[in-house]
Amino acid sequence: MDTQYDVLIIGAGVIGSAIARELSRYDLQVAVLEKNLDVCNETSGRNSAVVHGGFAYDTGSLKAKFCVKANRMMGDLADELDFPFKRCGKVLVGNTEEDMAQLNRTIAQGQANGAAGLEIIGTEKLHELVPAVVGKFAMWSHNSGIMDPFLFTVALAENACHNGAHFFFNRNVTGIFRDAADRYHVQTAREVFSSRWVINAAGLGCKEISDMLGITGYRVIGSKGDYIILDKKLGALLPMPVYPVPSNTYMGVHVTNTLDGNVTVGPNAETVTDFSYYGVPQGNMDFLKESASRLWPHIEKKDQIRNFSGILPKWVDENGTIQDYKIEIRDDVAPHAVNLVGIESPGLTSAVPIAAYVVELMREREAFRPNTSFDPVRKGIRRFADRTPAEQDALIRENPDYGEIICRCEKVTKAEILQAIHNPLDIHTMTAVKYRTRCMMGRCQGGYCQMRVEQMLEQELGRPAADIRYCRPGSWVLAGKVRE
Amino acid sequence: MMEKDVIIIGGGPAGLAAAVELRKKGIEDILILEREASLGGILRQCIHDGFGLTRFGETLSGPEYARRFIDEAEALHIPYAVDTMVLHISPDKTVTAACRDGLKVWKAKAIMLAMGCRERSRGALGIPGERPAGVFTAGTAQAYINMYNRMPGKEVVILGSGDIGMIMARRMTLEGARVKAVFEIMPYASGLPRNIQQCLHDYGIPLYLSHTITEIKGGSRLQGVVVSEVDGHMRPIAGTEKEYSCDTLILSVGLIPENELSEGAGLTLDEQTKGAVVDEHFQTDIPGVFAAGNVLHVHDLVDFVSMEAEQLADCAASYIRGRALAPCTIRVAAGSGVGNLVPQRLSGTEAVTLSCRVRSPQRDGTLVVMQNGREAAVHAFKRAVPAEMLHIRIAAGALQRQGDLEVSMK
Repeated sequence: MDTQYDVLIIGAGVIGSAIARELSRYDLQVAVLEKNLDVCNETSGRNSAVVHGGFAYDTGSLKAKFCVKANRMMGDLADELDFPFKRCGKVLVGNTEEDMAQLNRTIAQGQANGAAGLEIIGTEKLHELVPAVVGKFAMWSHNSGIMDPFLFTVALAENACHNGAHFFFNRNVTGIFRDAADRYHVQTAREVFSSRWVINAAGLGCKEISDMLGITGYRVIGSKGDYIILDKKLGALLPMPVYPVPSNTYMGVHVTNTLDGNVTVGPNAETVTDFSYYGVPQGNMDFLKESASRLWPHIEKKDQIRNFSGILPKWVDENGTIQDYKIEIRDDVAPHAVNLVGIESPGLTSAVPIAAYVVELMREREAFRPNTSFDPVRKGIRRFADRTPAEQDALIRENPDYGEIICRCEKVTKAEILQAIHNPLDIHTMTAVKYRTRCMMGRCQGGYCQMRVEQMLEQELGRPAADIRYCRPGSWVLAGKVRE
Repeated sequence: MMEKDVIIIGGGPAGLAAAVELRKKGIEDILILEREASLGGILRQCIHDGFGLTRFGETLSGPEYARRFIDEAEALHIPYAVDTMVLHISPDKTVTAACRDGLKVWKAKAIMLAMGCRERSRGALGIPGERPAGVFTAGTAQAYINMYNRMPGKEVVILGSGDIGMIMARRMTLEGARVKAVFEIMPYASGLPRNIQQCLHDYGIPLYLSHTITEIKGGSRLQGVVVSEVDGHMRPIAGTEKEYSCDTLILSVGLIPENELSEGAGLTLDEQTKGAVVDEHFQTDIPGVFAAGNVLHVHDLVDFVSMEAEQLADCAASYIRGRALAPCTIRVAAGSGVGNLVPQRLSGTEAVTLSCRVRSPQRDGTLVVMQNGREAAVHAFKRAVPAEMLHIRIAAGALQRQGDLEVSMK
């Protein structure tokens, strides 16, 4: 089978999903190929979930430019796409003269980058903002914020899908061939996809895809960061993320509030070559606790509910120096291929401006007709837990499934889980339901609700138990029935 | 808003026993709220036997044990609502719950907390390694097999020697899985001796004490675990690592009273039991809010859960009738070698039974209750293990009206 497209995007992380959405503004046949079973299973979903201000990047860099632009538009985007975002600000906490000098440099750099709302604050103001913090002074970035990276990516992908883009999961790209007519043929284990344009949004796989396109020579390292997630009880002690004094290449171990009231602690930064290993060793957990406790001394083992890790793809030169984003069309080597290399932090924040830039590069080479039926608005699953009692009552009366609570910790109802199972992207893993609803994400980590969710997946999809997957291909949840 | 004399939150063994006893004491206006589709609580999935020896003098399966109380509750026409999840309790005893008909709000004279407990998860332990599918708490695995007819896996390792873990070792063996070993970080088992014999030894499943899992392997489905011996401070000993291939890891590493609702109501919780602080009437620090069973402190036997709830019903009935309960100003503290003491406050005027656990296994020991420098009660035992709850009876008149108590090992 050789399916014909105008544009093939490789990778359904936040970048690939954002590009798909930007391209769905045009009258194009767009397809996204993703090797995992869902969007944002790698770098996009494994990070601090911070919306950055744009001050911590070299002036003139793409990172700075996109980040500042993205920060300004995030509120409107969140309204349009219905994903959780909060402009809560953040503080970079210091104690020494050296820290102060670095923070002043950071502010100057931020201002040069066009980031607004940066100021130095003293102890009093710092403790007014974050009473539970340890530190003498801080840089306060008013416009920084937090978001839900899963729901952001899901929103982008669902809106792209709604506007005509096709998503294909469990499609690992194994080869790319360009024919005499300059059409690309992208090989996966199941089929070949054919297209005029190819976009490399493969994140951790960017070097492999770049090589397949014939654009060779990139050196990409993985920077793995581990995190600890703390119980919701701790959320009250952290109204905004607390960071140490940063360098332009590493933000340092920080504590971050999440929109759901949890706290994440991390990341460390470890250079890795295995881009699929997400294990968290004991030593790293100890290191995170020790480092972050200097800023925010409330990290106790009893409040730990989970750990996770993520890997950032960093493009480095021959000396190992981390480079800016590379976003290019190499007309000489791979015409009609957009190559994105080293899209690391602040990639989550910057996804939409990056996508717009990609489309701009394409339109410099080809005129696209607009998609006249493009609808920028997407509605997410209505959450029961976030509402007032009167609203909850109204929801239940409208749809009684809202009255059946499946996840006791996060108060996720049957109605929400059914909507998540029948999601527009047609993804059917346990984590697809988890990331879309927060079931299994609470204090008991699915001890109470996972059987119910698994059962609903079987029933709604008409699939046998042994076919239900947790997250990745091969991640079977159950061996089958005990007896027929 | 509807009004009730008493709302019982949870239709498991504690809630059912309290309801039946309250009705027998003449309290008519009772409502049990149960989040599951039927009454019985966790007993519904405990199909093994061994329940009821103390309470009924015979051995029953979990569902049979629950059935005795359900039948009694139904015979007494005690109202209950299933598929109803309580969302909030306020200090003025307003109860808000969700069900398919909408959000329900009741105002109760008395509330009885009987929510039971939940299991500690992998995340709470912070086990290092990857996060594959195939890691289950013992209760989750038990629900999959006994309630849903679903087999969690075929090649099993168990961490923790809690009772449910050992019962699942036997259950999974009987269903054709290969249970390779049970690892326990402590130098002694945390479950009951009878379960070690009947669930592990009888099936040739080895139990390794002073061992823990130091790495979980597998990017998709669990592929194996690395096990290490631990030293006297429970730290893994380098060089003792051994890898076990398995597709399933069952965790039986402790139960925690489920007190989200209690915390929402502003009740004071005990650091050790993780349940509410209660007085000898099982009353929490909000008058009219009572707690019994595993939500108060995790019990080793369901029989004690029922009996505790029945005791509670006495006090709650008096409270509902407007009779003053004796004020409890004497504090009870756990001294050396003792933990999980309940109740934490006494009146000093009535006979009372304290329950507690020893911190480590003991032989020929004595527990002493001291007040104002004198022995108020003494409890001697041949052997005691942390898995088994101990009960110390203090006779009426043995206590002075003032002076805090300390319970310790002699």
